[in-house]
Amino acid sequence: MDFAIRTKKLSRTYKIHGGKKSEPHSLVALTDVNLEIHPGELFGLLGPNGAGKTTLIKILTTLLAPSTGHAWVAGYDVADEPEKVRPRINMVSGGETSGYGLLTVRENLWMFSQFYGLSSGVANRNIKRLLEVVGLSDRMNAKSSDLSTGLRQKMNIVRGFMTDPDVLFLDEPTLGLDVGASREVRRFIRSWVDDNPTRTLLLTTHYMVEADELCDRVAIINQGRVLACDTPANLKHNLQQEVIFRLEVSPFNGSLNAAKFEALPGVCNVIHRPQDGFESLELILEEEQALASVVTTLNSANIRLLNLQKCEPSLEDVFVKLVGQSMEEVEQKGETSEQ
Amino acid sequence: MKRVSNNPYPASGVLTPQDGLQSFEAGRLRKNMGWRLYLQTVIARAYPRIIGQGREKSWLFFDIFLPLLSVCAYVFVYRAIRAPEDYIGFVVVGGAMTAFWMNVLWSMSSQLYWEKEQGNLALFIMTPTSMMAILLGMALGGLLSTTLRALVIIILGSLFFNVQYAVSSFVQLFAVFILAMLALYGLGMMAASLYLLLSREAWHISNLATEPVYLFSGFYFPIKSFTFWISAVASIIPLTLGLDAMRQLVFKSGPSLGFVSVPIEIIVLCVLSIVFLIAARYMLAYMEKLAIREGRITENRR
Repeated sequence: MDFAIRTKKLSRTYKIHGGKKSEPHSLVALTDVNLEIHPGELFGLLGPNGAGKTTLIKILTTLLAPSTGHAWVAGYDVADEPEKVRPRINMVSGGETSGYGLLTVRENLWMFSQFYGLSSGVANRNIKRLLEVVGLSDRMNAKSSDLSTGLRQKMNIVRGFMTDPDVLFLDEPTLGLDVGASREVRRFIRSWVDDNPTRTLLLTTHYMVEADELCDRVAIINQGRVLACDTPANLKHNLQQEVIFRLEVSPFNGSLNAAKFEALPGVCNVIHRPQDGFESLELILEEEQALASVVTTLNSANIRLLNLQKCEPSLEDVFVKLVGQSMEEVEQKGETSEQ
Repeated sequence: MKRVSNNPYPASGVLTPQDGLQSFEAGRLRKNMGWRLYLQTVIARAYPRIIGQGREKSWLFFDIFLPLLSVCAYVFVYRAIRAPEDYIGFVVVGGAMTAFWMNVLWSMSSQLYWEKEQGNLALFIMTPTSMMAILLGMALGGLLSTTLRALVIIILGSLFFNVQYAVSSFVQLFAVFILAMLALYGLGMMAASLYLLLSREAWHISNLATEPVYLFSGFYFPIKSFTFWISAVASIIPLTLGLDAMRQLVFKSGPSLGFVSVPIEIIVLCVLSIVFLIAARYMLAYMEKLAIREGRITENRR
């Protein structure tokens, strides 16, 4: 198996039938996605909500047919040979409510293990061990309807890992988990891949830190297109030639906005976040000297500089550089256009 | 596929020559395939239905007490008009069989729809098992749990109203019951895919089908009371012939009040079982294909 996952010019368009008053139309979810993921890789798909991450996972897990192009998982075509792909994969989605509330955690997990052909002995042993790993062993015999969202998500995570798949898909796995639990889950995910070089994990997230901390390589995806694909270090390194400053300044009160800074020479991107009692600016500059014109602009508008910090680039900066907006802004824009 | 040996799941993961074609080395664990996987799936999916009985006691009221009230009403009417005593037995058996119809109509048929709403359907489709095995498991679980309810209704009804049985052939009775259940749950499995496609609108079908089926299947009286053609059309619902045959086999006056002879009813039930189970298989395959092609059946967003 050369690639654990491979896609070639993969596209997916949804036909939206609309209601009685609206005309049917199409929604392009993925466009010409080319990915090559090797066995043993922990690969991240990073993008805002609606970027196409879940659609890509659905295609790779044989739940959705591509409109055009091809995808292979564990060496098999997902559209033509789903029966060969399915025994080798598993998937966990953030916030899913799978299983039955009347059954206990252990019973729910056992039921799903049977759909993968695991013997009850092996299944029970794996379930017990994994519940201990995620810190849920004391709730093993609790009804799943009695679990909080976070605990339920831990149960889902065990469901994904217990079949020990060749390729595991995690779609926003830490959604709904508290900080401590997220950290534990991330540590386990990393160790699961590191334990065996034949295991491959594809993780989608819109948490930059999660992708940065966990992934061997990351693809940044927006509006159905893969904009960049490399290691987090390389992606950030490509930004090193640019300089990133974080500024906290007194409130603008309508005298300035992000567009005025973006118009200044040497300023590549500006993220403006109004805070309680001050304004936060993140500037990506072509060179340090460009900061002078920013400070001059602030002075001329009688805006006081409260804090100035030169930053190492993060994946969020990479995203801003590629998309022109922060992930939050893209998501807000998406929500507005949906309304 | 070459595998490395640093296996965190010891012992079980090694494929041995004895495993033959029924096992498969996917990942590092031995996973059953073929009929073993099919059987495992049927049992595992039946499990929630059966185990749920002990944990959700509301069925004692809704599925035992309420049907018994209907049985009582008919028994008192028949006693008031001095109908033959076997009619009381007809009503008790009919009341018990109502439990199966209600289970198929309100639970089995809407099961895939609820699986979708809960987020289970996509996970089921993604597993290596057959969706037909999952659907069979749902049916088996429903059948076993409803059999318990039906038995309770028969025992209580028989004790309350002193019903006298005269079973002419246990073998035929068993065959009729099994065939009626096969055909009925086959119909339910077929309806499950249909309901999934129709989503919430399917509720109207259930509402619409409840009372007419009570009437035309002869739950509380022999269908011979209808004209031949009405009874013949009603026979497409498996319980109609199943109930008629069972009454013929367990009551003295049964054969004289039967629609057609028991052997003919057994043949028709065989045909219905085959037709409904095959139709269920094709409907399910179509539903799965549609789900993957359009991506709108396994999720609610689109």
